[in-house]
Amino acid sequence: MSVQQISVFLENRPGTLKKMTGVLAANKIDLRATSVAETKDFGIARLIVDDAMAAVNTLKENDFVASLTPVLAIEIPDEAGGLDKLLEIFADAEVNIEYMYAFPGGKLIDKALMIFRVADTKAAEARLTSKGLKSLTQEDISQI
Amino acid sequence: MMERYYQPEIECAPYEKIREIQSEKLVNQVRHVWENVPHYRKKMEEKGVTPDDIKSVDDLHKLPFLSKADLRETYPDGLLAVPRDEVVRIHSTSGTTGKRVIAYYTQHDIDLWDDCCARAITAAGGTKEDVCQVSYGFGLFTGGAGLNGGSHKVGCMTVPISSGNTDRQIMFIKDLQATILCCTPSYAAYLGERMQELGYGPDDIPLKAGIFGAEAWSEEMRHSIEKTMGIKAFDIYGLTELSGPGVAFECSEQKGMHVNEDHFIVEIIDPETEEVLPEGSQGELVFTAVDKEAFPMIRYRTRDICRVSREKCSCGRTLIRMDKPMGRSDDMLIIRGVNVFPSEIETVLLNNGYAANYQIVVDRVNNTDTLDVQVEMTPEMFNDNLGEVENRQKKLSDDLKSMLGIKAKVSLVAPKTIARSEGKAVRVIDKRKI
Repeated sequence: MSVQQISVFLENRPGTLKKMTGVLAANKIDLRATSVAETKDFGIARLIVDDAMAAVNTLKENDFVASLTPVLAIEIPDEAGGLDKLLEIFADAEVNIEYMYAFPGGKLIDKALMIFRVADTKAAEARLTSKGLKSLTQEDISQI
Repeated sequence: MMERYYQPEIECAPYEKIREIQSEKLVNQVRHVWENVPHYRKKMEEKGVTPDDIKSVDDLHKLPFLSKADLRETYPDGLLAVPRDEVVRIHSTSGTTGKRVIAYYTQHDIDLWDDCCARAITAAGGTKEDVCQVSYGFGLFTGGAGLNGGSHKVGCMTVPISSGNTDRQIMFIKDLQATILCCTPSYAAYLGERMQELGYGPDDIPLKAGIFGAEAWSEEMRHSIEKTMGIKAFDIYGLTELSGPGVAFECSEQKGMHVNEDHFIVEIIDPETEEVLPEGSQGELVFTAVDKEAFPMIRYRTRDICRVSREKCSCGRTLIRMDKPMGRSDDMLIIRGVNVFPSEIETVLLNNGYAANYQIVVDRVNNTDTLDVQVEMTPEMFNDNLGEVENRQKKLSDDLKSMLGIKAKVSLVAPKTIARSEGKAVRVIDKRKI
């Protein structure tokens, strides 16, 4: 099961990111993970939150361009070599990663969560599952 | 320096003689368009005027105006007044199919245009001993062709180098001992700067005069160019519709540009009421090309705002003088010498799936005009993939370049950040300090 990541267009100007977090804070959206990708002209913020639909609606109401992107969230042990083992499975399954970022496991002590954007989420998931890997659901994310 | 003239019998003729020439040509020209251009005939009929009503320049005001809209409506050849096989060349303004103007020339039209440019070069001190480097663009743009033709008429050794490749420009100026430079003022300023960087002072540069036009420039800019290159800088005015550069030119007095009145009758009108204003009033420039055969313009509204004066000029010329135009009465921009209409930018944006809400920021950095098109991101155009968004941005930038003919930077901004206006949208922010 994939989870919904929120992608937000950010103009390259001081205060843009703050405006976004302000909107989310005012609407009590809890951030699980964040990542910002940027070019010299603009940026894209990627967010994993407790309530993706609420977040995307709130952002749109406040004149942000935001969209939902399916990503894979996978739990790994918070220890040396944790990511390496996981990526070995990706390599074996021949899943190409567009980008990834990490966040601490929150209530899951000693765990870290990895977020992966892949080209074909469903196919990747099937291949990873066949290798014995389980990804988290939207519900899991909300619970963390 | 003694003032030189290319055609003193015209340039220094008493006004009465000029009026006689104008009247005779006007009468013929009106008949020519009446007989050969249905669009003109229709407009004249609508105004209830026939060629018989036009007996002299005094009757000019009876004729209908011609505007950019007429040119658009008749694109590509609805105003062509001679059979196509009489046409020897065309030139064109930048723009979309809808906005582009195709100007047609017979050999006679090329000759008179070349004469106009030859007058300008001679007024700038040019003789057959000079080496004239034409650094205006060649091609559909009229700048290169016009000055090139004028330079030939004067008998200068002509260097048709076109624009760009700055270091090569400087090499040719040095190696060929060029004495006259023709280009846009912003390019002249840039050339000057580059010469300084290379360590050339005014004494190392063989140039003595520059003929700079196709865009607005200030007295400050003139002084700076003159000082850097050790030259005298002359302004030149023209429009593709009327032939190109050389409709009016500056003399050694550098106090306004003499209009080549034997070819172009000038009027100043109130752009709102279309009423003809007395000499000395500020208003919209209107030209009538009285002897162009292929593409006659009768009472063409230029949208340029300025003043004309028949005050005696100490250069000896009697031709009326016009000021530097103070601005356009519509929203056309001249960027790096190229006509840019905000509506063209709008078309590209819409074609690319962006909203029509945009802002154009024009600035001048290092003496070169810059164009920044700011567009708001839309949900349709957004994508989580950075590369994808960049590709779209690049495509937009490429499409703008092919539409406008000049490079434009595209800045993606957040939705609703471009100010909305109740009335006419403020699309253009021109930061250029001219």
